[in-house]
Amino acid sequence: MITAGVDVGAKFAKVVILKDGQVVARAKALVGFDVLKSANDVFETALKDAGLSRGDIQRVVATGMGRNAVLQKPPINADEAVSEVIADAAGACQVVPAVKTVIDVGAEEGRGIKVEGGKVRDFVINERCAAGAGTFVEAMARALEVKVEDMGPLSLKSMNTIPMNAQCCVFAESEVVSLIHSKVSKEDIAKAIHDAIAGRISSMVLRVGVEKDVVLIGGVALNPGFLPPLEKELHTSIIVPEFPEFVSALGAAVIAANPAR
Amino acid sequence: MTATINAREYPTEPLKCWEQAKNLRKNYYEDYLHAHEKGGLRWAGGAWSFSGIPAGLGEDVYCITGEPYGATVAFFKDFAAKCHDATEAAGFPRTLCAYMRNYWGSILLDKYILTDGAIVDGYPPPDFIWQDHICCSHGKWYQLVKWLEKKRGKEVPMYCVDVSVGYPSDSSPLEDYKVNYIVEQLNDGIEWLEKVTGRKYNDALLCEAVWNEIKATSLWAEICALNQAVPAPLDEKTMYSLYVMGTLMKHRPECVAFYETLRDEVKDRIKRGVAAVSTERFRVITDTQPPWGFLKIFREMEKYGAVSVGSLYTFGLIGMWQYQPDGTWIPKPTPPKKPQTRDEALQTIVRWTLHKPEWAHFYEPELKTKMMESIVKQWRVNAVLLHYNRGCEGLSVHIAENRFGLIQAGVPVFPFEGNMGDERDFDFAGTLARLTAFFESMGLKRLKE
Repeated sequence: MITAGVDVGAKFAKVVILKDGQVVARAKALVGFDVLKSANDVFETALKDAGLSRGDIQRVVATGMGRNAVLQKPPINADEAVSEVIADAAGACQVVPAVKTVIDVGAEEGRGIKVEGGKVRDFVINERCAAGAGTFVEAMARALEVKVEDMGPLSLKSMNTIPMNAQCCVFAESEVVSLIHSKVSKEDIAKAIHDAIAGRISSMVLRVGVEKDVVLIGGVALNPGFLPPLEKELHTSIIVPEFPEFVSALGAAVIAANPAR
Repeated sequence: MTATINAREYPTEPLKCWEQAKNLRKNYYEDYLHAHEKGGLRWAGGAWSFSGIPAGLGEDVYCITGEPYGATVAFFKDFAAKCHDATEAAGFPRTLCAYMRNYWGSILLDKYILTDGAIVDGYPPPDFIWQDHICCSHGKWYQLVKWLEKKRGKEVPMYCVDVSVGYPSDSSPLEDYKVNYIVEQLNDGIEWLEKVTGRKYNDALLCEAVWNEIKATSLWAEICALNQAVPAPLDEKTMYSLYVMGTLMKHRPECVAFYETLRDEVKDRIKRGVAAVSTERFRVITDTQPPWGFLKIFREMEKYGAVSVGSLYTFGLIGMWQYQPDGTWIPKPTPPKKPQTRDEALQTIVRWTLHKPEWAHFYEPELKTKMMESIVKQWRVNAVLLHYNRGCEGLSVHIAENRFGLIQAGVPVFPFEGNMGDERDFDFAGTLARLTAFFESMGLKRLKE
């Protein structure tokens, strides 16, 4: 059976194509103003990479905040839409079958999901402010005048702990600017930023409880500066699977392959 | 939108007494507005105040209870926004009780809103304030009203009864000294009422009002208990328009008569299998006041076949309950006989009121968790929706502990942030997205429309 999962996220659209349980293609691209076009383009890329056409895909499940844009709308014509929580749990169970806690940190949202036997038992999602998500790192990278992909490696060079107390993205930026004016090094500020995100995510995840195996997914899982402070805050080791940003799309593809779940 | 499924459908129909409820509420606010034209008196206070006591001043004494008025303002979001602007411009922070800010805003704007959204120029000041003090805002609320009215040239006398003597439970029964502490305040309050109004107090009217309150608050609990039926004859969105009578006029005969009519109609609906929500297949309860400007969230829930059958808030804000020896929660039986004297009336109403379930969790979060667990079991509830209500510190206190308690008891819980009276604190789209995820995690799919 060939199925596809389409994750139309806040910043990137991701597609995973599964053939008999094996990933045959992955593709991702930035989501533009025209959400449907962005999703269609990345879907076409994935089809091309897999050497397939839309007619070869038996079922498509969409997820992500833009999931309804592709539900029963050609050419993707997703058969079903599921929330990110359900897709995250299904995808994480696929890559780490013993998973009990899923932490998904994307561009705009952070989620903590308690999983038992592949089923969602409890979950929590950050409210309102993106100060605990990827967008925050991007905004702070701009303030520090470094590339976003350099933020993680930069933070790992710091051995100091500088507290960042602001609970709001905008005020946190003001705090970063104050640190810059105080001649605090970029490395220390970058670490402070990652510590702050880890603090926010961990306090959120602790609300559902942390039980091993703990899996970190989402685009922010690619940031090497985020994992150490998060493990420290949660007092546990965390597994980052290969292609963590595709796990939600993978979950959608898994759900598509099991319509009678 | 997710994949959709068909669902079994129950018969449904509107409540026959709906118009009666609407008119009662409409008349209540208009009676307060026009009280002076009829030679009557106006008083202001909270929905939990001992409203039967001022009733002894005469049958032409009309009140406006603050919380329901604040909720009415909240429902009309444009007016609420103006009230918030007015209170913030006057220097009050937006973190205070949202009902209180709506109420103050209405005074500051000098405008009074009616139940149909009509806005009347000139906020009608009360002749006196009769309040109780249980939560952190209650006493201060009216202290500020008094101050605001003084700035408008009206001296409004205020009397506030301290009721913070604790909650009677198995481990701490209701001691006489606690009752007497409040009874003495009420006795003093009657003398004060005579002094500030110049009216002679009528004990027969007091006894009647107290008896009405006891009957009304027990009847409301009886109506809520009937909602244990599957399918539920009432949904919580509808119940909001019904329990409110107990917050406005629990001491009045109209309230008793209405609840008797409603109880009989609900019994009839159960007999005929009439559901509030035709597609009921998943029962939830909520907690604390809802975000009044966004009651459409309940309609969104129905798209998944989920119906809120009530809450500790809806059941216990006004309804009176008690535990049976077997641990079940039942409507509190009324005392054997109507009080005949002032002292009997005051003793009776104080003993009755101190059992109010919604006062319990001001003292211990475990009491609230226990009551919610009882509701979950007896009302056959599948999940609990907890509103972290930024607009009400009093009823939101301990919610995090309640969440843990419920989860430990194996009850699925969906917490969401919001505000009962200030729409700026409620993210409708975000809450709906999370709620969808929650329903999906419960195995629900969207029903075919």
